[in-house]
Amino acid sequence: MAKVIEGLYYSESHEFVRVEGDYGFIGITDYAQNALGNVVYVDMPEVDDEVTAGEEFGAVESVKAASDLNSPVSGTVVEVNEALEDTPELINQDAYENWIIKVELSDKSELENLMDAKAYEAFCAK
Amino acid sequence: MNNRLYGNLIFELSKEGRRGYSLPKNRFGNYEIPTEMRRSNDAALPECDEPTVVRHYTNLSANNFGVDNGFYPLGSCTMKYNPKINEEMAALPQFQNLHPDQPAATTRGAQAIVELLERSLCALTGLAHFTFKPYAGAHGELTGLMVIDNYHRAQGNMQRKKVVVPDSAHGTNPASAAVCGLEIIEVKSGADGQVDLADLQRIVSTEGANIAAMMMTNPNTLGLFETRIPEIAKLIHDCGALMYYDGANLNPMLGVCRPGDMGFDVMHINLHKTFSTPHGGGGPGSGPVGVREGLQQFFPVVSPYHGNFAVMMRAYAYILTLGRENVRKVGPLATLNANYIKESLRDVYELPIDGLCCHEFVFDGLKNKSTGVTTMDVAKRLLDYGYHAPTIYFPLLFHESLMIEPTENESRETIDGFIDVMRRIAEEALTTPDEVKTAPHKTPIGRVDDVLAAKHPVVTFRQMKEE
Repeated sequence: MAKVIEGLYYSESHEFVRVEGDYGFIGITDYAQNALGNVVYVDMPEVDDEVTAGEEFGAVESVKAASDLNSPVSGTVVEVNEALEDTPELINQDAYENWIIKVELSDKSELENLMDAKAYEAFCAK
Repeated sequence: MNNRLYGNLIFELSKEGRRGYSLPKNRFGNYEIPTEMRRSNDAALPECDEPTVVRHYTNLSANNFGVDNGFYPLGSCTMKYNPKINEEMAALPQFQNLHPDQPAATTRGAQAIVELLERSLCALTGLAHFTFKPYAGAHGELTGLMVIDNYHRAQGNMQRKKVVVPDSAHGTNPASAAVCGLEIIEVKSGADGQVDLADLQRIVSTEGANIAAMMMTNPNTLGLFETRIPEIAKLIHDCGALMYYDGANLNPMLGVCRPGDMGFDVMHINLHKTFSTPHGGGGPGSGPVGVREGLQQFFPVVSPYHGNFAVMMRAYAYILTLGRENVRKVGPLATLNANYIKESLRDVYELPIDGLCCHEFVFDGLKNKSTGVTTMDVAKRLLDYGYHAPTIYFPLLFHESLMIEPTENESRETIDGFIDVMRRIAEEALTTPDEVKTAPHKTPIGRVDDVLAAKHPVVTFRQMKEE
């Protein structure tokens, strides 16, 4: 069973947001990493890039497929997880620990459109 | 195979100074190449005797697997058998030795072939004109979209820059649109695997004035016949956009129904798939584009000369060999074969979408996944039994996609043999799962490390030696 963590926000395209103050850490869920298989490359935006809720901000490439990353929230990228450049497999080891971008949230009310852990678990079970 | 372990590179067989020839004494003196045009290092070509060269390439070719070796059910690719008469026709010296710059008066025969092939394709698709310039399917898609873009510009509709594509579409559709400077709007599939009309209606009502075209393939990527094309075509035409048919899956429709009759305005055909020319190495291809009457003046010039003429020769030979009556059997036989395999295996493999399929269908892995055997493992194990693996992990709608397309050529015995092996692998997945998870065991090279290959590709002999 894919791991789901309480307190995070989840999107239908299997990204999560962990909110700390005005910032959100965005990555892909355990369910997503498991479905993708071995991740070999993460295409990330640059610091200061704008991301928009529901729109693509990068891509994850595995041995099976390349999948777009959709941002669950809008804001400005303040940090990217540089460790993923050389060791993208960290996502397979722990998807929640290894977030992809850190965003300064421009509209916190967008979080209300996302699922909580329970709703996401039910969504994955469908 | 007596060369199972043959794995040398020609460079590894090289011995300095060894030659497979001797040149006669130079009677003409030396011509000195100007210094600035000489290479600074030797070319480092392999140096071998003739038997070594012949054995090397013969052994390598024996390690190849093609449709001439065995069953090749690679979904979405239509790896049908390529009749040898196609090769004979394409190799006729009268055609093979033509030069594209020859005066037109000396190439009347070749021109006649092109015209006759165009007439045949028009009859088979219900469209009015074809251009043969595109060199492959994706090139055809781009050409077709350029026709559509040119058409809208000529009407002064510069804002029509969006293309509606189903979420099950081949990856080339959005890619071609992007290369053409167009934007994609994705329309969802419904529970039956077909385009969701309500979602399309929503898109048309908000974006109608900006839509250039809808791109579809029928049967779609799940091998399902889209039954609501007339409704879709009406929605799209009513908002002023055109219908594009991706000919990737034309095979099951061949001789049964025609894109032109369904309301499609522009299409491409993968001649190398539907009309049987060898393309296992990624080519050569040919992607002619057909249009409805009135759109032919918007054909762009996408290549010099006349396209991939030898592929056109093969396709025309195939059409003539089958003839008007037999060409009608292609689609139904391809459909029958696929449904026969699907129904024979659905108790052990997961069928995510029920119903009649066309020329191909998708399983979502094994039905019983308890031992952790994946689609990848099943595909690798098939190699041990002498089959080419089906397409795997595509389409992306399912996690364990296994896409099987048998084509119309295979005999009942061949297909039954494949079904037996697929059932045996499903059985092994439960009784000896490790055997399947570590397959293949009988191929010259065992399970390769995909992750390492993707992260750290070694693509030259020099790089291999250095590491």
